[in-house]
Amino acid sequence: MSFVEYSELIQEGDVVIIFLGHDSMMPIKVQSGAQTQTRFGAIRHSSDLIGQRFGTKVTCSKGGWVYVLHPTPELWTVNLPHRTQILYTTDIANITLMLDLKPGSVVCESGTGSGSLSHSILRTIAPTGHLHTVEFHAQRAEKAIQEFKEHKVSHLVTVRNQDVCAEGFGITGVADAVFLDIPSPWEAVTHAKRAMKRKGGRLCSFSPCIEQVQKTCEALLNHGFEEICTLEVLLRVHDVRSVTLPLPDFGPEECGTNSTPSDLNQEEVPNTGNTSVICRTATPPREMAGHTGYLTFATKPRD
Amino acid sequence: MAECVNDSDAESTINYGDYVVLKRGDVFKSVLVENKKKVIFEKQWFFLDNVVGQLYRTMFEIEASGSLKPKAVKGAGDSLDSKEAGQDNRHIVDDGRSQKLTRDDIETLKEQGLKGQEIVQQLIDNSTTFKDKTEFAQAKYIKKKKKKYESDITVLKPSARLLAMMYHGREPGKICHLRYDTLAQILTLGNIHAGSKIIVFETCAGLVLGSVMERMGGFGSVIQMYPGGGPTRAGMESFGLPSHFHETLHDFPLCKVNALLAGTLDLTEKDADSQANGSRIGGSDSSQETSGVSEEKKSEPQSMEVSVDPQEEMRRAERERLREQRAQEKKVKMEEKRKKLASAAALLEGRNADGLVIACRLHPCPVLMGLLKFLAPSRPFVVYCQYREPLIECYTKLREQGGAISLRLTDSWIRHYQVLPNRTHPLLLMSGGGGYLLSGTTVATDAAKARNPHKSEEPAAKRLKLDEISSSCDGSAKAISLV
Repeated sequence: MSFVEYSELIQEGDVVIIFLGHDSMMPIKVQSGAQTQTRFGAIRHSSDLIGQRFGTKVTCSKGGWVYVLHPTPELWTVNLPHRTQILYTTDIANITLMLDLKPGSVVCESGTGSGSLSHSILRTIAPTGHLHTVEFHAQRAEKAIQEFKEHKVSHLVTVRNQDVCAEGFGITGVADAVFLDIPSPWEAVTHAKRAMKRKGGRLCSFSPCIEQVQKTCEALLNHGFEEICTLEVLLRVHDVRSVTLPLPDFGPEECGTNSTPSDLNQEEVPNTGNTSVICRTATPPREMAGHTGYLTFATKPRD
Repeated sequence: MAECVNDSDAESTINYGDYVVLKRGDVFKSVLVENKKKVIFEKQWFFLDNVVGQLYRTMFEIEASGSLKPKAVKGAGDSLDSKEAGQDNRHIVDDGRSQKLTRDDIETLKEQGLKGQEIVQQLIDNSTTFKDKTEFAQAKYIKKKKKKYESDITVLKPSARLLAMMYHGREPGKICHLRYDTLAQILTLGNIHAGSKIIVFETCAGLVLGSVMERMGGFGSVIQMYPGGGPTRAGMESFGLPSHFHETLHDFPLCKVNALLAGTLDLTEKDADSQANGSRIGGSDSSQETSGVSEEKKSEPQSMEVSVDPQEEMRRAERERLREQRAQEKKVKMEEKRKKLASAAALLEGRNADGLVIACRLHPCPVLMGLLKFLAPSRPFVVYCQYREPLIECYTKLREQGGAISLRLTDSWIRHYQVLPNRTHPLLLMSGGGGYLLSGTTVATDAAKARNPHKSEEPAAKRLKLDEISSSCDGSAKAISLV
């Protein structure tokens, strides 16, 4: 198992995602002899996991079963231990496309935070790219290093524990793309520019507040960045379900036409005397994430 | 700095044969750089020869002769500021007479070879109301006029981002109205990355295929499934991917999927065999076949003519020789085709693909059901459809059939902003919709569970049933979360 390469079978030391159903998942680290408790009972790593194929059912000690999944950056995003607020897949997808990331890209990121975006970037730039990620919080940086090692991606990443606004990314003229998710991105624009290749590259700044966006855009413009563009993306989930819609009763028809509700091209069900139709449809959830942050993109021109 | 050595300009020089993206304002066009090729872009025509040898991201201006000239780096003379500005718009009257220059005057200025910026300056000087406008309104006026009269063209290296925005802006019908942010979701939710084996079925001009290939970086393999005649790849070609990327691309016709699944796909088929096959299936095979057949038919009556003329005899021999040669070429082609089909079949046969991406005009439900069988367990799949209902059908079918979890039907909403000091607000226009996605993860079906026969399935089965009921009939908040 690695976050940048699929494997068929579960091995000792792997991180696997246990799927319990209904958006309920948990990540576990496979260690021979270990056990993990779930609401369906215990999973014994040696006998239930090691050597099994990813995607198969595993029966727990109380008889219930779960699926054991191969980790992906997307599954990790919804399962990772939060050390900070994190970026979710919808924003990550757009950041990846708009920064032109692909295998071989050299990317700078700050801050590392909980590593949600980092894993996604690493997946996309492997096997020939590199991620330079800067985190000013010592423990978070330490934890990130450990995670990258466990996820077998440490050869693709350099974690630096420093303040990007004061000390920059620690590299010059090598980055194809820079991503900023810090409280004052405008203070890091100079460093971002210095880190980028002479021939230019793409930059993205993520900020929850519009005031931050204003200052960042101004700084980008002052530093000669072009194609500055701010946008916001939201994901709308549609819950698929069958709904029963009762039909109205207008009383017996006078003129004796033979139009009956069966003319409706729907399935009928008798419902306490009245007729109703079942309709397969999808509805939005009662509440959804209405704001994550503004994404500002810009292009650094050739020096 | 030693690190800078990698950042050489060699790879960023434009050459003949390069696919490039032209950019003017927010408008893009993908073209192939060819000798003396006339390009029409935004109602202007020009030749691309002068871009050869220049670096990507260079900005050019169009000269009267239609040749492009690299634009000098922006200098200090760029500003079109005016000193005077009004407080508000109380004195601005829209009588249609504020601009003293007429259409003809502007055309004359253009013919005199005035640059875009100079024309804008002329327009400002000849506007009676410009100095009364507020500073903000003046900026907006200049921006609008600049967009109209400045015709600078930037030459860019193609990328999924640029091509997705180009297709969405110019020809959304060709890509099933797939918006760029939706494409972004497809690539991420599909976990498209180097070294994997991805099945793609798309009717989006090759845009989705090209984007997948870009993300794979030439590592791993892509199998393009295609309907009818042959795979569509125009959009993929526009990516200008290095030639070794194309070696990772395989294709397989949809009409042979059933045979492959049943294990009856005959790869040793001889000419006659495939001829029958081809004409039955229809498509490029058959068109090639039939053209071959008709040629033979045409030549037959001629060969029956009894001729004594030695010249005629020679011509006949020549014809014969050509025919032989054609047949030989055809045979080689057939052999190549057979090999390609066999290699694609071999990739699919293992039923261990790492990802499936569907973005097509066809009804996605049968496509998904057919192609999902080729995926290994615990792998993501993404289905794009311009409409929601067909994906509801896919969802329902998958829930019935099993083999997939984490099913989600989604669409995304994107809004752009104008960010200016004291004038920040969402843009007045936004896209109404970018299509729908159904995504999920495959799991091993019950055949695999026979390995652990001692284990009871009771509690989970019960739980699943409950989920089914809650999600199908009641409207409580609990049912909102999806499996």
